[in-house]
Amino acid sequence: MNKINFLKPDKSNLNLFLISGLSLVFISIFDVFLSSFFKINATGFLPTSVSFLLPLIIGFIGLHLIRIEYSGIRRLDEINKNFNNNNFNAALSLLIIFIIIKSLPPVLSWTVIDANISGNSKEACTGDGACWTYIKVWLRRFIYGLYPNEEQWRINLSFISLLALGSVGYFATEKFKKYLTLYYVVIYPIIAFLFIFFFISGGPVFFDFSYGIIASVVAIIIGFFVPNKFKLYYFCFVPLAVYLSLNLFILPEEYVELGKLEGLNWVETGAWGGLALTFIVSFFCLIFCFPIGMALALGRRSELPFIKYTSVVFIEFWRGVPLITVLFMSSVMFPMFLPEDFFLDKLVRVIIAISLFEAAYVAEVIRGGLQALPRGQYDAAKSLGMGYWKMHIFVILPQALKLVIPGIANTFLALVKDTPLILVVGLLEIAGMLQMAKTNPKWLGYSMEGYVFAAVVFWIICYAMSKYSYNLEEKYKTER
Amino acid sequence: MSDTIIQIKDVNKWFGDFQVLKNINLNVEKNKKIVVCGPSGSGKSTLIRCINRLEEHQEGSIVVDGNELTEDTKNIEQIRAEVGMVFQQFNLFPHLSILDNCTLAPIWVKKMPKKDAEDLAMKHLEKVQIADQAYKFPGQLSGGQQQRCAIARALCMEPKIMLFDEPTSALDPEMIKEVLEAMVNLAKAGMTMIVVTHEMGFAKEVADEVIFMDEGMIVEKAATNEFFANPKSDRTKLFLSQIL
Repeated sequence: MNKINFLKPDKSNLNLFLISGLSLVFISIFDVFLSSFFKINATGFLPTSVSFLLPLIIGFIGLHLIRIEYSGIRRLDEINKNFNNNNFNAALSLLIIFIIIKSLPPVLSWTVIDANISGNSKEACTGDGACWTYIKVWLRRFIYGLYPNEEQWRINLSFISLLALGSVGYFATEKFKKYLTLYYVVIYPIIAFLFIFFFISGGPVFFDFSYGIIASVVAIIIGFFVPNKFKLYYFCFVPLAVYLSLNLFILPEEYVELGKLEGLNWVETGAWGGLALTFIVSFFCLIFCFPIGMALALGRRSELPFIKYTSVVFIEFWRGVPLITVLFMSSVMFPMFLPEDFFLDKLVRVIIAISLFEAAYVAEVIRGGLQALPRGQYDAAKSLGMGYWKMHIFVILPQALKLVIPGIANTFLALVKDTPLILVVGLLEIAGMLQMAKTNPKWLGYSMEGYVFAAVVFWIICYAMSKYSYNLEEKYKTER
Repeated sequence: MSDTIIQIKDVNKWFGDFQVLKNINLNVEKNKKIVVCGPSGSGKSTLIRCINRLEEHQEGSIVVDGNELTEDTKNIEQIRAEVGMVFQQFNLFPHLSILDNCTLAPIWVKKMPKKDAEDLAMKHLEKVQIADQAYKFPGQLSGGQQQRCAIARALCMEPKIMLFDEPTSALDPEMIKEVLEAMVNLAKAGMTMIVVTHEMGFAKEVADEVIFMDEGMIVEKAATNEFFANPKSDRTKLFLSQIL
């Protein structure tokens, strides 16, 4: 039998080292577990500093003993390679395990064991833990803001419809695939806007029952008998022209009043709020800032000095000011410059402000992608006779945008997390509602639960977005 | 001369203070194959890049198929559509499949219906023998296959002139052969070609004329046999002794 050298564990005494090492590691973890979960200090008879460090020392020795190279046991080799490949990493691994064990009980007890969720008032919360009753009672407010309870189905219906319309891309057949870009870039934002405007905002709706509309419907029906060659031009101009000429010049507005409907109750944007408002603001800012940013990125690389320097000044201006001042300006200063009778809703102003602000960031991210493309791609596109727009639309932008998916995702995540700032102009999305609930006299002192709830909600949104961006990266990967 | 397709007259070009092209004069007739050779930095690539105006010349005139190359952009795009170019680094579009690489320009520049463009692309891919790779992406192909695809892509625009900028310099010796084969076939089909290359074997086989350039000037211009049998200038002799 070989002489046993405890400083240099080797394979010849594998079992001995394995048993002693694993038991030491187990003892150290068990000690921490006891003190953390059951408040039992097994080594209390020792001086405080020694008893504090003892598990670390024992565990460290144990890990040293099981660090045997090529032991032949696959599991052990894996552990050694990943957590225990040298003394420093062994100590770090131990520390991390201990920190997790130590922090579990307080977190668990606060969120689950000592927490309350029953009841409908503050008095129901008796334990030391979180008072989820508070979240339960305020949930409607956190999700819908001050939007009237009986009208909230409108928000639900709008979001469900937008989701359904947004998922069209997954079900599109090969024949309709080529129209998808058009659909998502133009049609979908318009539909989304109409939903928000007519459904969530409400107010009277006008239906046009004039002779103009009847005449243009007739014109459309006639249009199907027009020769193919002129069809496109016919549909583009004739029905609209018939309608406009009848309505404006020949039979002005007599019948418009007929079509006025009461519609849904009007809810002013000041009453919108909560998670719904977070979604609305994020969604519109995302779809507006992307095309603007793309145009700015191209503009900054343009050879025409006027376009180039306009873009540079625009980008540097918006990147140079803090978002919070931009929001203040949009709500306080901006209306002063407008004519008296021109009214722009506060929410609209805020969405425009954030979109322009983020567009500057998106522009710089996209410019990074444009610069990463080799010059040969431009040469090749040009040598095939493509002009500036064709070259960019078919060759340059698809590649550049693919390169900057991580950067764009980053910017968009930051945008979503910046939306709580609209609090400063009096729009209460989810964090704003928390602020409001916190100061409610009936529910003083539960801000912690509220912030945890908001953090979890934001985390879910942002994690979903970043997952989606990874998916996109995978989808457009064409190398190899 | 009626069948002169490219006319280069007294062309000078500078990059900053450095003069890359010095007083270049060159006429290329229809269906002629010209090989341009010379040491690196002698301006041969710049010269052929000037022919489809990827580089601008500062003095002199270049006339391609009756159109003079000027600032007028509309004109340029038309000329470029008639002049195919193949690059040293292939420059395929990596986000498009081989077939889409070939059909992109015919569909969007020449407004060809998609079906016709695909048939045309398959015809040219067949010619360079990579029709079976049509639905792969450039990243999945070998260098030689990529370069042949680049040739097919240029041919799909049905150009009157083909420019080759060191098409084999970035390839392994084995792949050079397959690319040269495609080029020889193209030459035999009667295409007007200007080829910048160091492949003297190719020059001997297909070229009508060989041009030797050094320091931005055309040092020697002669019929192929003449050029290799008895070169006139000492610089050419030195170059040939090193490369052959």
